[in-house]
Amino acid sequence: MSKHVAVIGAGIVGLGIAAEATRRGHHATIIDPAPAAGATYAAAGMLAPVSELHYQEERLLALTRESARLYPGFVAGLGETGYQETGTLVAAFDAADRAMLADLKQAQLAEGLEVHEITSREARRLEPSLGPALTGAFYAPGDHQVDPRALSAALLTMLRNSGTAVVSETAAGLITDADGAVVGVQLASGEVIPADETVVANGLAAAALTGLPEGLRLPLRPVYGDILRLRVPAGLQPFLTSTIRGIVRGHPVYLVPRGDGTVVIGATQREDGSADVSAGGVYQLLRDAQTLVPAVAELALEEMTCRARPGTPDNAPLLGRVAAGTEGLPGLVVATGFFRHGVLLTPVAARICADLIDGVQIAAQLQQFNPDRFSNMTKESHA
Amino acid sequence: MDELMIDGVTLGSRLIMGTGGAPSLDGLGEALLASGTELTTVAMRRYAAGSGTSVFDLLERHGIRVLPNTAGCYTAREAVMTAELGREALETNWVKLEVIADEETLLPDAVELVEATEALVNRGFKVFAYTNDDPVLARRLELLGAAAVMPLGAPIGTGLGILNPHNIELIVSRAGIPVVLDAGIGTASDAALAMELGCDAVLLATAVTRAQHPVRMAEAFKHAVIAGRLAATGGRIPKREHALASSSFAGRPDL
Repeated sequence: MSKHVAVIGAGIVGLGIAAEATRRGHHATIIDPAPAAGATYAAAGMLAPVSELHYQEERLLALTRESARLYPGFVAGLGETGYQETGTLVAAFDAADRAMLADLKQAQLAEGLEVHEITSREARRLEPSLGPALTGAFYAPGDHQVDPRALSAALLTMLRNSGTAVVSETAAGLITDADGAVVGVQLASGEVIPADETVVANGLAAAALTGLPEGLRLPLRPVYGDILRLRVPAGLQPFLTSTIRGIVRGHPVYLVPRGDGTVVIGATQREDGSADVSAGGVYQLLRDAQTLVPAVAELALEEMTCRARPGTPDNAPLLGRVAAGTEGLPGLVVATGFFRHGVLLTPVAARICADLIDGVQIAAQLQQFNPDRFSNMTKESHA
Repeated sequence: MDELMIDGVTLGSRLIMGTGGAPSLDGLGEALLASGTELTTVAMRRYAAGSGTSVFDLLERHGIRVLPNTAGCYTAREAVMTAELGREALETNWVKLEVIADEETLLPDAVELVEATEALVNRGFKVFAYTNDDPVLARRLELLGAAAVMPLGAPIGTGLGILNPHNIELIVSRAGIPVVLDAGIGTASDAALAMELGCDAVLLATAVTRAQHPVRMAEAFKHAVIAGRLAATGGRIPKREHALASSSFAGRPDL
């Protein structure tokens, strides 16, 4: 049965969900005053379930691995998305950095992930731009990349071509019927967009929507990141072929080479409340990137960007139906709080949301991220 | 365990925690609960107060008192401004004063520290001064009106333990205000040693937040601080050259 799906938020996640719903024969409307201009605009696009593994976040791994597996099919037919299946090199600067990565490797192997310890000499043979001052390196062949700006543009084009309306307005809230079911979206202008299913995918702004279910708490907080884009002069091409991640005196940094001859260097994590690019953050990124790859100093600094990631208390997304333990609140799907993993998790989030809309059973391990897990909602209130 | 009194406030735990390096808010919350801490320091430069979902709300929810700190400041002026920011946002006149010399060592800059302590005391702050393991400097900070001195065991984040136990002992023996061993703690025995040396409390962050199992480490430190405090006041035996049987021979039948 074809449904009308309203998607609030045209970041990478919202676009992905709208695209998947459209592919399945539903009719989508996307609501966002500035599509793909938030965290998506800043993101480096690393698809790195292996090197992004953090202690205490193992639960997220089922989701990140599944999404990485879905990526080739997700980008197929979209045209230019910058999707590349080159692996990721992880480099350690000092002995403690190396020990930290060696410990993490044990955790990665225990999870069945593929990572190889290589010598710094081998790493430099693969990537001659790496500096000589490394203590060790690891290779994660399964960690790939996509260009989030290209991917979101391709998704928008595909959606527009398939007749999806993109409403350039701010969503004010949800419209509910007498039983509490969500039946549409109210725009800031007052206009109402009726919908069979409404997907809340507007990142940090989700918590401010009116008409959210009684008692639902979406504990989102802005975790700002500074990120740089640099151009490699002709004389230095090819600069890097694979993504380089590093730990430099305990600070993480990454360099992602794009097909268009640019390099993305990121990213800081700040909770200081400032949406401006931080001079200290830029300094730290360039310093650490140049420590790993000395020729960074020869590149042209084209862009400095700051955006906020939507963080949650457990670093995992708020994804699914509200009160899913019971029947689930009809008409509403939440997909926000993707924090560092929005780009990577887009295909799996799109599939899960489309499955929820279609009433398809979802694997238990992908279902642990209910959006009301931080709320005290009595089951009766939605019975 | 006997309670710790600072500036008229009684703390049941002698373990003060920091939040830097925590992988997630939930993980941090669990670790803080496991540590039993009642006082936790937060860098005012790194966290904005008042969003309803921040680290400050986490502390409030768990009933943990917040100690704003001036981490990331290199000059007395920056430190004073950051302390004012903390006082305004959090409505406390407590501040952990950190004025560091350089990023390589993160060691305190003694001259700026003295200047900032004087300025902040004049402005009515209760200054918890993060300082080098220098008995002369620690004494100077006390005379300037610091509420507590916090000598380092080793540079921040190194986990090297207490590099100069003798100096820490000397600082304790001359102090009339609480002495908190701050920075350098790597594992439980380091914290126990600090307490055995006579420190009134231990402050640590990295050793828990960057551990593979932060909750387990936090619990280890909770017990280590209690054990160290008990040992410090339990009257340890003298060290001897020769063995001494633990049961005396007196009163045994001579067979």
